[in-house]
Amino acid sequence: MISFPIIRVVSKLLIPYILLFGLYVQFHGDFGPGGGFQAGVIFASAIVLYAMVFGLPAAHRVAPPWAIEKLIAIGLLIYAGTGFACLFLPRPNQKVAVNGNFLEYEVLQHDLLPGILPTGQHLGIFLVELGVGVTVTAVMTILFYAFAGRERKA
Amino acid sequence: MLDFQPWILEIPILALLAITAVAVARIRDLWAAVMFTGIYSFLGASWMLILDAPDVAFTEAAVGAGISTVLLLATLALTGKEEKAFNISPLMPLVVVSVTGAALVYGTLDMPHFGDPNAPVHQYPDPGFVEQSLHDMHGLPNVVTSVLAGYRGYDTLGETAVIFTAGIAVLLILRANKSDDLPELPTPKSNSKRRKGGRK
Repeated sequence: MISFPIIRVVSKLLIPYILLFGLYVQFHGDFGPGGGFQAGVIFASAIVLYAMVFGLPAAHRVAPPWAIEKLIAIGLLIYAGTGFACLFLPRPNQKVAVNGNFLEYEVLQHDLLPGILPTGQHLGIFLVELGVGVTVTAVMTILFYAFAGRERKA
Repeated sequence: MLDFQPWILEIPILALLAITAVAVARIRDLWAAVMFTGIYSFLGASWMLILDAPDVAFTEAAVGAGISTVLLLATLALTGKEEKAFNISPLMPLVVVSVTGAALVYGTLDMPHFGDPNAPVHQYPDPGFVEQSLHDMHGLPNVVTSVLAGYRGYDTLGETAVIFTAGIAVLLILRANKSDDLPELPTPKSNSKRRKGGRK
C-alpha cells in the first residue's frame, strides 16, 4: 500500500500519535480509564498499521521478530518478578522484620523522590501494568506477524 | 432548553447493533462480514461507554474493532473470501435459536432492574470496598485498575500467563510451516552457511 500517497502520508502522521496515546493509556491507567491490556493492544495496532502500509519487511526492521518473541516472556517476568520481589522485602513500619506476601505491593514503599516516583501500592500497580502491557504488545504483534508472514497455498 | 435524553443515543445504537448482527449472519461475502463484525464491536464499545464502563469500551474498541478485525482479514487473505453455499433447511436452526433466545429472555426476567442500588452486584462485596480503595491505593482514583492490579493482582497474573501461553501456542502452530525456520539438513554438496538474520 506504499504506493498510495494518501494512505502513506496519513499513516505516517498518525503512527506517532497512536504510540503516544498507547503510552498515555499505559501510564495514566491508574488515574483514568486504561491500563496494560488496552495500552498493549493500541501499541501493537501502531506496529500492525505500519506493517500493513509499508510492508512486513519494513516492520520487521522496526520491531524485529526475535526481539518481540523475547518481550512476550519479559512482560510476564516483570509481573511475576514484582510478585517475588515482594516476598523478599520487609514490611514497612513493623517492629519485627516480616517479609511481604506474593504481590503485596505495600512492601515496595520507599522514600526516594517522594511525589515524583511512584511508591508502595502505586509502584506495584505501575510495574504490574507495565508487564501486562509488554506481554500484550508482543503477543498481538507476533500474532499479526505469524498470520501475515504465511503465504497462501495455491 | 432541550433536556438531553439518554434514549436518543441508546435506541439508535441498540438498533444498529441488531441490524449489524443480522447483516453479519446473512452476508455471503466474508470481507464484508469481517468489516461488519468490526462495526459491531465499535457499536458495542459505544454502548459500553453509555453504560459508564470506559475501561471495557476501551478494550472492546481496541481488541474487537481493531486487532481482531485485522487478524480476521489476514486469515481471509490466506483462505478465501467467499463463504461456501450450503443447502440445509433453515427450520431446525430457527427452532434452536428461538428456544435458546426465549430461555435467555426468560432468564433476564429474574434479574434486578438496570441501575438498581439493591442489586447483589452493588451489595457484595461490601460497598465500603470501593470507598476504601482510594486510601488503600494511596490516592489512585481508578478503582477498576486498583481491583485489577491490586486487590486481584494474582488473577491478573494468571490472565497475563494465559496471553503468554496463547502467543506461544500460535507461534508453535503457525511458524512450523515456514521453510525458513526449519533446520537445514546437512547435505554433502552444499556446505551452506545459514543465512544471516535467520532464527536466533
